Amino acid sequence: MTLRNKLTGAAAALAISSAAALAEPGLIIDLGGKFDKSFNEAAYNGAQRWVAETGGTYIETELQSEAQREQNMRKMAERGANPIVVLGFANASTLEKVAPDYPDTRFTIVDMVVDAPNVRSIVYAEHEGSYLVGMLAAMASKTGTVGFVGGMDIPLIRKFACGYVQGVKAVNPDATVIQNMTGTTPAAWNDPVKGGELTRTQISQGADVVYAAAGGTGVGVLQAAADAGILSVGVDSNQNYMHPGSVLTSMIKRVDNATYETFINGVEGFQPGISLMNLAAEGVGYAIDEHNQSLIDQEMMAAVDSAKAMIISGELAVHDYMSSDSCPVS
Amino acid sequence: MEALLSILNAEFLAASIRLATPLLFATLGGILCERSGVINIGLEGMMLVGALMGVFGSWYLNSPTLGFLVGVLSGALVALLHGFVCISLRSNQIVSGVAINLIAIGLTSFLIRIVFGLADQQRIVPHFNSYPFPVLGQIPFIGPAFFNQLTLVYIAFLMVPVSWFILFKSRWGLAITAAGEHPKSAASVGIDPQFVRHVCVVLSGAFAGAGGAFLSLGQLHFFQDEMVAGRGFIALAAVIFGRWNPVGGMIACLIFGAADALQFRGQAVGMGIPHQFMLMLPYALTLAILIIAGGKSKAPAAIGIPFRR
Repeated sequence: MTLRNKLTGAAAALAISSAAALAEPGLIIDLGGKFDKSFNEAAYNGAQRWVAETGGTYIETELQSEAQREQNMRKMAERGANPIVVLGFANASTLEKVAPDYPDTRFTIVDMVVDAPNVRSIVYAEHEGSYLVGMLAAMASKTGTVGFVGGMDIPLIRKFACGYVQGVKAVNPDATVIQNMTGTTPAAWNDPVKGGELTRTQISQGADVVYAAAGGTGVGVLQAAADAGILSVGVDSNQNYMHPGSVLTSMIKRVDNATYETFINGVEGFQPGISLMNLAAEGVGYAIDEHNQSLIDQEMMAAVDSAKAMIISGELAVHDYMSSDSCPVS
Repeated sequence: MEALLSILNAEFLAASIRLATPLLFATLGGILCERSGVINIGLEGMMLVGALMGVFGSWYLNSPTLGFLVGVLSGALVALLHGFVCISLRSNQIVSGVAINLIAIGLTSFLIRIVFGLADQQRIVPHFNSYPFPVLGQIPFIGPAFFNQLTLVYIAFLMVPVSWFILFKSRWGLAITAAGEHPKSAASVGIDPQFVRHVCVVLSGAFAGAGGAFLSLGQLHFFQDEMVAGRGFIALAAVIFGRWNPVGGMIACLIFGAADALQFRGQAVGMGIPHQFMLMLPYALTLAILIIAGGKSKAPAAIGIPFRR
């Protein structure tokens, strides 16, 4: 018994000393897979950009199930990773528990606010970016009906949907927006078959542009849209290249910058509190590149650019679903 | 009511059938396996392996048909392992099935990263396109609903009478039923229950592999981690709800498919029902039907029990 206690003590001491010495940053990739072409992949790309620029190394783990969340976060902190980036709203309650236990470790959480002295919360103005792609969708639509496929039904995804609908209606007040959520569990982020089927449903109801805010499920949405010869709108990462000529644009959310900046700033430059990444801060936006240039004409470009300027200057306010838990339009 | 009627069109029927097909493949496999006395919780994992290997096969052999066959074979191979553990080693069938599901998740996400590389996991491979029947496809309403599907859909539904005939009208079916109901009596009349069970388990894996390859080559054209997303478990429910009968299983799959298709449409048009309720519909329906049908359905008597001479 005493020997065992000694061994445990020694192991703990070792863990502490190595924690102090290493201080590599850490990244926990959330459910849905590292290469989801979307949210997780953006965060991963940010980390890779940091590696390429600094030559540093970092610790990375990938969640396989909901049950691993807390264990994974604690393990990361105990391995000495600092600062640690965690992705997605689902980590908030876990981080609230874990962060006070590791006061010397700095955490950055994306997409959710956790109030603790060692946590930086990065939230995005997805409604603003979605508003702009909504405008593009409405201008590109010939049927006057556009679609939205969300992943898991959470307020954050409603925020995407609500901004999108506002943008659509700003261009065409008579437009119909068909909205679908894939599911109510985290599995909804990774069911491309269902995403494709939802898209076919919306097409059968007249939609000719479909916006996917659904992680890995969205890959199935873009595929089904390309198969049917209609347009789609990607999300988080620039997904224009996946089906050139079919992806109208992508609502970019610079999650890559969240990882990159946290890693660059390190422990010394870490600033706790809330950072709002909106249009003005270039945290969100829409993607134009060689894959979708031909789909967006001068007129469309001018319209979104002026709306963008108005949102930045404060002339135009896009309603944030999460501020009231409701959407004024549907 | 008007909204409800507006969504019950040909496209709705077509979607119900399309959604039922992968379930149907796996369900037929499950029925065959369970009738011979072996529980197959591992359908989900076998589907996942079939989905992945179908994509590999289609890419490297440059033919979706050959890819599909590779998917079928790989499902059968995984099932061979299940049979070896449950029948030859007489281990617990549930544990083996659960292990197969877990191994399949790890193995497939590992292999796709190794073979297609990290950044190109969702590579689009040669895939199936829908095949409209020459004359029948032209009939209004019925044509687009039933006769404008992927060839694999027709094959899946053709397998229903085929497996019904094998199970209930052939000597083989008698041997399968005997192995599942009373393996000792079967052995006393010269049937080798272990051999029968091995064959049935391998066939069930082939069917599950077909269901998985249908998902990846018919509906998606690529592979994604854990893309089967619980359909193997829905198929297990369809096995029980269908009372271990291929026709019953088919009806169960069609109900699940229709519930899903209705859910998608109901959500989209509103209908004034909270969409969370619509999302719950397929599962609530499963439960309700099991409650109604549960008392009367009877599993094979020797299911789950390893055979010893």
